[in-house]
Amino acid sequence: MSKIPESLRYSSTHEWVEDLGDGRYRVGITDHAQALLGDLVYAEVPEIEKNLQAGTVCGVLESVKAAADLYAPIDGKVLERNEALNDSPQLLNEDPYGQGWMMVVAAESSAYAGLMDAAAYANIAEA
Amino acid sequence: MNPAVTETVNDSIFAHDHHLPGQKLPTDIPEDLLRKTPLNLPNASELDVLRHYTRLSQKNFSIDTQFYPLGSCTMKYNPRIAHALASLPGFARLHPDTPAPAMQGLLQVLWELQEWLAAATGMAAVSLTPAAGAQGELAGVAMIRAYHLARGDTGRNKMLIPTAAHGTNPASAQMAGFEVIEIPNLPDGDLDMAALDAHLGPDVAGIMLTNPSTLGVFERRIAEIARHVHAAGGLLYYDGANLNAILGRVQPGQMGFDVMHLNLHKTFATPHGGGGPGAGAVAVQERLRPFLPLPTVLQEPHGALRWMSIEDLPQSIGQLSAHGGNIGVLLRAHAYLRRLGRSGVGRVSAYAALNANYLLKELQRLGYQAAFPERRASHEFILSVSDLHKATGVRALDVAKRLLDFGIHAPTIYFPQLVPECLLIEPTETESKATLDRFVAVMAQIRQEALEQPELLREAPHHLPVGRLDEALAARKLDVSAAPE
Amino acid sequence: MPYIPHDAEETAAMLAAVGVNSLDALFDEIPSSLQVHDMVLPEGLSEMALRRELEGRALANAPLVCFAGGGAYAHHIPAIVWEIAARGEFYSAYTPYQPEASQGTLQVLYEYQSFITRLTGLEVSNASLYDGASGLAEACLMALRIQGSEKSILVPENLLPSWRSVLDTVLGMQNIRLQAVPYDPNSGTLQIPGDASDAAALIVPQINAFGLLESVDKLTDWAHAQGLLTIAVVNPLALAMLKAPGDWGGKGADMAVGEGQPMGIPLTGGGPYFGFLACRKTHVRQLPGRLVAKTVDAQGRTGYCLTLQAREQHIRRGKATSNICTNQGLMVTAATIHMATLGSHGLQETASCCHTRSRQLRELLAALPGVSFPYAGAFFHEWVLRLPMSATAVRDALLGHGLLAGIPLREWEMGEPGDLLVCTTELLEEADLLTYRDALKSVLEAQ
Repeated sequence: MSKIPESLRYSSTHEWVEDLGDGRYRVGITDHAQALLGDLVYAEVPEIEKNLQAGTVCGVLESVKAAADLYAPIDGKVLERNEALNDSPQLLNEDPYGQGWMMVVAAESSAYAGLMDAAAYANIAEA
Repeated sequence: MNPAVTETVNDSIFAHDHHLPGQKLPTDIPEDLLRKTPLNLPNASELDVLRHYTRLSQKNFSIDTQFYPLGSCTMKYNPRIAHALASLPGFARLHPDTPAPAMQGLLQVLWELQEWLAAATGMAAVSLTPAAGAQGELAGVAMIRAYHLARGDTGRNKMLIPTAAHGTNPASAQMAGFEVIEIPNLPDGDLDMAALDAHLGPDVAGIMLTNPSTLGVFERRIAEIARHVHAAGGLLYYDGANLNAILGRVQPGQMGFDVMHLNLHKTFATPHGGGGPGAGAVAVQERLRPFLPLPTVLQEPHGALRWMSIEDLPQSIGQLSAHGGNIGVLLRAHAYLRRLGRSGVGRVSAYAALNANYLLKELQRLGYQAAFPERRASHEFILSVSDLHKATGVRALDVAKRLLDFGIHAPTIYFPQLVPECLLIEPTETESKATLDRFVAVMAQIRQEALEQPELLREAPHHLPVGRLDEALAARKLDVSAAPE
Repeated sequence: MPYIPHDAEETAAMLAAVGVNSLDALFDEIPSSLQVHDMVLPEGLSEMALRRELEGRALANAPLVCFAGGGAYAHHIPAIVWEIAARGEFYSAYTPYQPEASQGTLQVLYEYQSFITRLTGLEVSNASLYDGASGLAEACLMALRIQGSEKSILVPENLLPSWRSVLDTVLGMQNIRLQAVPYDPNSGTLQIPGDASDAAALIVPQINAFGLLESVDKLTDWAHAQGLLTIAVVNPLALAMLKAPGDWGGKGADMAVGEGQPMGIPLTGGGPYFGFLACRKTHVRQLPGRLVAKTVDAQGRTGYCLTLQAREQHIRRGKATSNICTNQGLMVTAATIHMATLGSHGLQETASCCHTRSRQLRELLAALPGVSFPYAGAFFHEWVLRLPMSATAVRDALLGHGLLAGIPLREWEMGEPGDLLVCTTELLEEADLLTYRDALKSVLEAQ
């Protein structure tokens, strides 16, 4: 059983989004996603200022023997990247909802509201 | 052996440095072009070097020391005569810019190999220059592109590739500038014709196929596929990775393929060398001959041989490496083919198929599940250990690692990806029944172990120089060269 | 039956176990219309007969004392190199995808990578590519990935033309533009390019096609000032003597690529050789080809494994950094043993000897009437000799004296009809140089 915090919202491509207020949103991958991918060794997170379009590829996650595309969960612009992932990609595995966050984006609250809640995501993750 | 003694042997080449001082050598080269940083390669004694690398060699599995049933890789015996002949000074010391009249002996060998490979594949012409299967693929799809463009047919930018294809196929098509469209396979292993027809059109350049497919079964409707693709204006590319299954029996040319590559390091018994060099000769039908990569060997009307140049073949896709390709590998393939001859060639596929089908039946008898139980195996076959995985948690990876403990190289695992927990097993024709029977006995024991003590498999191998390595640490820390002290 | 061990009894027992009554029945899924039963191939030969035939072919290649270079060089290879490399454990092993069963190959590759980083002064080397020329094409694609939007490469006109041809083939498929950088016809060396717009990288050949040394510091600094990457094309043996690409200019070259053949690989008419490619650690994710890393197992024992495989075709498929699947494993094994056998000292002495012979021969030939040297600049072990007659005719005439006298530049569509590219290595003794001079003298006098 993977962890799915109630306080976050989720995309069908297994990213979580946290509302930080002031139109800022923090993004990461879910516990379920990190477990599927296995030991992550590299994360390519989009550059600051980059415009994201929900549902399109915006980066890459690499584990030892697999590479997965990272999808933007929401339309927006990248404000911050988690530079700690460069040296410690294992944070994505160890603490996906905390120190393993990937980026902060500026987005519309309506886009955030359109994401799934924990219960809806649980249905996908456990299917 | 006493472990305390073995641990005193330092196994790094850098431990053998005699720390000779750097030298100032006489030269008229300006100072600012000369080396500043010390070179820092170890200065070891010749005997230390000999021992170090001999010891390293002993940490390898190889065909010469172990059974190597690695699916899709055709790990057959590499005849030593081929190595001996390729190493003759008359070949080994030949400079590539030697004028043709002074290298007729080599050109004769290459010319014959071109002719024989064309005959064996049912194709019109051959270029030996690609250095490996992937480079052959690149050359092949580039010829398809050149062919369409030469006809003014400029809209064909898509390449169709089965989902289960080797990873090099989409990578090569991409590199040649094509968009890749995946075509699924049906549950019985054959290609989904409906999906194929749905994608065929004026934007399709061609299709890349392996036959037998990567699923280890023969694509039965190949003639129909060829008709449909040709009718839509596309060409068929044959990935020769599995040619050992049909060598001497079915010619890709006769199946309707227009262009193909041969992996000489698979079908024609040249060594894998721990990851190369290979050779990926390409063969084409007449209409693609003008586009062959250079150089190829040409026979003049009076019999003399020479390299072809761009003047001879102005529409060529060009040159893929600085010289004529992996000639030392070509010499070995020539020797192998010459030993076999016309009757030996036909026996290759017959006994490769016999060994594969025999192994499959024996392993099924032990309870292993075939991925395509209703199909005849080609030169290889797929088992799935999903049942073991569900019952015991043991995965294909664990079975593979446990085989190493018995001195047997692991089969290919997790390829093709669409069969869960799969082992792709290819014994090749050069293995004896006794070797196969021993493999079956070991697989019986492993199955027993999986049911009774699955942790033994999950922690395997137990008897090799190292156990399972921390590959995540390797990628994160990325220690990829020894730092100078 | 060559290399097939089954006797009739075993064959019958195995067919029975499969449940068919003939070998042909194993192919019952293949439409009979597709099956052929004979091919136009010669009959097989015994090993003895084959050896006789091939020894004859080998002898038909005239043994020549080699003064030709142009990207492939005749060097001494210590006996231990191929004695060990040809051991079955290296020769007949597969790619090291099962690391526990491949520690020998993997450690050799790690040592190779270490040696190449020390030769080039860069931080990361892959486990090799097909050859130098295709390696350069891969380096260009890598530079384009790093730079992102640019779409061309600056290619010197004094790069070996065969390498330029390979760039045309590989980069042309992806519509990448190659912008020519001219050389000064008087010096034979590169001029600072005028325009760098939309280029991703500058290729700097240190040794160029005329055998001349370039002002690498100036070229590298210029490229960096324009925001370009510098791709150094180098001879690994010459690096024992010449400045490492990592030390070029203020910041060092970004990548180094070259033909590995001088490191223990026999000439064999043009291959197999291997290409090396080294880069900065910051660019490692764009590096194509295999890469080996050091790590540990569960018990803390040191071991080696392939790493960053997610860049490669068998995982990334159409999105891989390259379609390359092989490295030239056996060639790299030989090269590693070669470099370890010679060590820093041996490589420096070999390089120095090549250079000295080159100076000696040039002095000897300078005394011949009618010959000249069109380029006066510094060289390593190769230079252009200008003859008063066709270089091709001289080359052909000297074959009769047992000499491969060099490469006529006209065969490369470069230089004057009389230009011959002449190379010397440590294999040549002073007596060979005198033979060359005397033979050349007699050919010129017969004119």
